[in-house]
Formats: sequence, C-alpha cells, structure tokens
Amino acid sequence: MFDSLSERLDSVFKKIKGRGRLDEASIEEGLREVRLALLEADVNYKVVKDFTRKVKEKALGKEVLKSLTPGQQVVKIVHEELIELLGGKNVGLELKGKKPYIIMLVGLQGSGKTTSAAKLALFLRRKKFSPLLVPADVYRPAAIEQLQKLASEINIPSFGSSSNMKPVDIALQAREEAIEKGYDILILDTAGRLHIDEVLMNELVEIKQACSPQEILFVADAMTGQDAVNVASRFDELLDITGVILTKMEGDARGGAALSIKSVTGKPIKFIGVGEKLKDLEVFHPDRIASRILGM
Amino acid sequence: SSSSHFDTNFWEQLEEILIMADVGFNPTLKLIDNLKLRAKEISPGDQEAFKKIFAQELASLFPKPSKKLIALKPEVVLLIGVNGVGKTTTIAKLAYRAQMQGKKVLMVGADTFRAAAIEQLKIWADRVGVGFYSKEHGSDPAAVAYEAMDKALKENFDLVLVDTAGRLHTKVNLMEELSKIKRVLNKKHPGSPHRTILVLDATTGQNALSQVDLFSKSVPIDEIILTKLDGTAKGGVVVGIASEYNIPITFIGLGEKMEDLRPFDGKSFAKALLD
Ligand SMILES: Nc1nc2c(ncn2[C@@H]2O[C@H](COP(=O)(O)OP(=O)(O)OP(=O)(O)O)[C@@H](O)[C@H]2O)c(=O)[nH]1
Ligand SMILES: Nc1nc2c(ncn2[C@@H]2O[C@H](COP(=O)(O)OP(=O)(O)OP(=O)(O)O)[C@@H](O)[C@H]2O)c(=O)[nH]1
Ligand SMILES: [K+]
Ligand SMILES: [Mg+2]
Ligand SMILES: [Mg+2]
Repeated sequence: MFDSLSERLDSVFKKIKGRGRLDEASIEEGLREVRLALLEADVNYKVVKDFTRKVKEKALGKEVLKSLTPGQQVVKIVHEELIELLGGKNVGLELKGKKPYIIMLVGLQGSGKTTSAAKLALFLRRKKFSPLLVPADVYRPAAIEQLQKLASEINIPSFGSSSNMKPVDIALQAREEAIEKGYDILILDTAGRLHIDEVLMNELVEIKQACSPQEILFVADAMTGQDAVNVASRFDELLDITGVILTKMEGDARGGAALSIKSVTGKPIKFIGVGEKLKDLEVFHPDRIASRILGM
Repeated sequence: SSSSHFDTNFWEQLEEILIMADVGFNPTLKLIDNLKLRAKEISPGDQEAFKKIFAQELASLFPKPSKKLIALKPEVVLLIGVNGVGKTTTIAKLAYRAQMQGKKVLMVGADTFRAAAIEQLKIWADRVGVGFYSKEHGSDPAAVAYEAMDKALKENFDLVLVDTAGRLHTKVNLMEELSKIKRVLNKKHPGSPHRTILVLDATTGQNALSQVDLFSKSVPIDEIILTKLDGTAKGGVVVGIASEYNIPITFIGLGEKMEDLRPFDGKSFAKALLD
C-alpha cells in the first residue's frame, strides 16, 4: 500500500542533481516525505514535528556516503534516529526486591490486558518463575472467568476473585495466598478504563499504593491513532508506569503509537503481542519497529 | 492563499486539529481545500460562521443509512470487527434498544473462540432480558449460526444479533470463516443477514481504512458503528472512510453500559472534532 520511503525520497532528490552534501532545501523536501510516512503510520503530529526537526539538524551538511543515494542517506539517518528514540535496545522486566514480585497490567478497554497477563505468566514460567494470575477486573462481564480459563489452559494457578470484592482487596489477598503457597510472582489483571475516568484511575493508584508492584505495564493496541499520547501520558502521570506492551502487532498496523508513547512517557516498550494464542508474546526490538513505522 | 478569508495561521491550526483527530493527511488536505472555497461565503474571520460551514461540509460526506425492508421475520444482524473494539458490548446495546421498541430479540454467541466470550454474551442477554443461543466453546461458529436460526424461526423472534469473534482483517482463513457464517445464515433464512455491521474503535488510527477494506472484501459491510467515543479520541478516521467507501455510520458507542448507544449525527460529530 505504501511506496517504500527510500524510493519516494530518491524521487525527491533526483530533482536536485550533482550535490555532494545534503543541503537545507533538499533535506526540507525529503523531510516532507518522512513526515507523511510517519503520519500514515499514526505517529502523533507533535511527535512527528519534533522528530523531523531533530533529523534535519543531524542531516544538515552531512556528506552523502559514496555507497548511498541522497534518499538512502536520509532514510539511514531517520532510521537510526527512530531506533534511538525507541530506546535503542530491548529492556527487560526489572524484578528486584522482596518476593513475591507483582506485575500490574493497566490500559484502555479492549487493549489486550487479560490476554497479555496470561501470555506473561507463560513467558515467566519458562524463565523458571512460579506465577499466580490474579483477576482484578470486577466490572466487565465474565472478565474473571476469562482469565481463569486462560490460566487453566496453560496450567497456571489463578486467584479465586469474585466480582463483589474490591480490586485492592483482591490484590492484597492474592499476595497472602502467593506467600502461603510459594508463588513468587503475581500478575494482576485490571479492568479497562478511560484515562479521564477519575474514580477508576484512582482505584489503580490505590492498588499501586497498597502493593507496590515492581512493574506497572501499560497495555496499548498497536492500531491506536493520535490519541495514544493523551492516554499514555495520563496513565504515566498517575501511576509512573514502568513499561509498555504493544498488542495486535501481527496485523498490518504500522505501529506509530510505539513512537508516540515512548516519546511522551520515556518508558520502554518491553513486549509485543503478535496473536491471540498465549505463546504469541515477543520481546520488543526497536530496530524492527523502526523499519515498520517507516514502511520499509 | 490571498483569496482566503482566513490567514495561513488559521488553516495551519485547522490542519493540526484534524490530523490530531485521526482524519489523516490526505483527507485533511482535501477537506481544507473545499473549506477554503466555502469560506468565501462568510464574512472574514467569522469563526462561528466557519464552524457551521465546517459541520455542513463534513456532514455532507457521510452517506445516509438506507432502510431495508425485511420480507420475512426475523431480521438478522451480523457484527464483525477486529479484536476488542466492542462488538459484544454493542450487541447488548442494540438488543436493549430493540427491546425498548417492543421487539423479541435473540443474541447469538458465534464467538466460540475467545475465552469466556460465550459467558460474557450470556450475562448481557440476562441483564437485558432477551433470548440467547450458543454452543460449547470451540464449536464451529457457522453451526452455531445455523442452529440459532432454527430457534429464531421456531420461536418467532423479531431480531437476531450474531456476535462473532474478534479477528484481524489480515487473517485470510478467519475472513473466510465470516463468509461461511454469512452463507449459512442466508441458506437457512434467505435474505439474511440483512445487515452486516463493522464495529470500529474510535481510538484507532489510519489502520481503520485497512480494516474496512479487507473486511468488506470477504463480507460486504452495510454499516459502521463507532465505539469508545466517550474517551478523548475523536474517531476522525471515519471521515476518510466515508469519502472512500459508501458506508453509513449508524451509531456511536459512548460507554460500557447497555444504554450508552446514540444514533450517529454528522454535524455533532463534526463539532466534536473541533473541540
Ligand atoms: N490479534 C491479536 N489479538 C489480541 C492480541 N492480544 C489480545 N488480543 C485480543 O484482543 C481482544 C481483547 O483482549 P483482552 O485481553 O480481553 O483485552 P482487555 O484489555 O483485557 O479488555 P478489557 O478487560 O475489556 O479492557 C481479545 O479478542 C483478544 O483475544 C494480539 O496480540 N493479537
Ligand atoms: N469506554 C467505552 N468502552 C467500551 C465501549 N464499547 C465497549 N467498551 C469496552 O471495551 C471492551 C471490549 O468490549 P467487547 O464488547 O468485549 O469487545 P469485542 O469487540 O466483543 O472484543 P472481542 O470479542 O475480544 O474481539 C470492554 O471492556 C467493553 O466494556 C464504549 O463505547 N466506550
Ligand atoms: K482497541
Ligand atoms: Mg480484560
Ligand atoms: Mg466479543
């Protein structure tokens, strides 16, 4: 659906022949294509503006490498800058301090929290942890059953929450049970909520204060558009999230939300969801997403 | 341009607002070109008058929903869409609405794949107080649809709402599964499904275009319902969809309760884009 960015850039630079250096006018023109590619990938408008400004500074006056066309040279700079902005390399979970560890999943409705909770449990069991899945969504119809069913599919224990309990009490009681039975990591699934819903956002803050999770992961849908920045920054502001899981990445979404979220929160994307099955979780690689955002 | 009644700054700001509302780059430029022409009708700098023109211009892009006559009861509606957009919840909302109009409604759980999807729909059916049919987890969704139609015909239901599993539009085999559900319904009850509704999440960006494109290749889409407009996302991507595909938007979702459904109104939608 998208011309490759370097082809588009080459056609821009073809008009400007015989120049050994990237000059301002040709970079300007080239960056217009970059800007468009990023917007098509759903990178936030303001993030795109900042980004192209930075790239321009880097590209200005740079000598075009003999082996590259000017278009390829700009793509190279853009690509490297994107990888850098996305965090450079993969950042794993930071599990430190007293066991049992707690990982809490938060995010908008339908982003993939419950599924990701079960995926993470499977991932951690492979790393020799002994996880307990904790359903703390007492609102969505059958949310508790959903996680309990996923848990039994992979033979991982789940806490016996019921929908008349308070989520914070579920978290605390589940921790007691984990200590008693020797589970060393709790994965807490919370209900989807809007970042502007004060009551429900406070509920998350209360859970955080009550059980100080090692990781609070913001789960976001890879298809999210421009609003990703508003949502992510609000969740981060109130909860100081520790990382991000980007779901539904196996489709054809370009995943510009990754860049938007990383730019506004500074928090690393730790995992991507690549399917509905519980094995479909991968660690995040900035270089791959960078290419994808650019449509390469 | 100098012929415009508003300065460059004004148009740049509008461009920013529209792109940040997910309208998309090309639809935004097209819209702004049209608006530059129409802005000549109003007095220079009159922002209120501009907002009116904007709302008119935008509303005119959305096709009007057509009323289909249903020869033989029940009317059958099929809901489709990618994962987590709000299909199941929207079924509850549509059922509640139809029930208020005195219709006898059957909810059909043809999502036999996702964990507890059947239970979720069953809880909704009980809450709304309407009929329910499904089979055990893992059954063939087309078989569920077929048998549900038996029940609907026998028990004289007015409206059948079929819930399907969320699926990414890029999965060819899952798209084929939808065509099969559709074929089976039509065989059992000719003319059905009378409406196929694509559910879109308002927080989705430009990928929604690909969703419309690929879903409609396996099952023609009659309507779109846009959910989650109670957040801060504006759902502007439907502007591009409206101008590229001739599909009306019928309802919007404004929350998680069965009452949280409103008919789509192009002018209010346009106004909200500018807020
Ligand atoms: N294709 C695909 N679907 C996914 C992925 N992760 C989750 N899903 C699906 O997305 C839908 C929503 O997932 P859930 O895990 O229920 O999302 P949630 O955030 O817990 O939803 P709420 O609890 O309602 O807020 C389900 O249909 C999942 O199967 C993924 O990586 N790829
Ligand atoms: N804020 C808000 N949340 C909504 C709306 N519609 C649905 N939801 C929520 O979004 C989440 C997903 O809704 P579902 O109805 O389960 O979505 P689905 O498309 O059936 O999901 P799958 O079957 O997993 O593909 C749930 O938490 C719903 O409560 C809406 O209009 N506004
Ligand atoms: K979503
Ligand atoms: Mg959930
Ligand atoms: Mg569903």
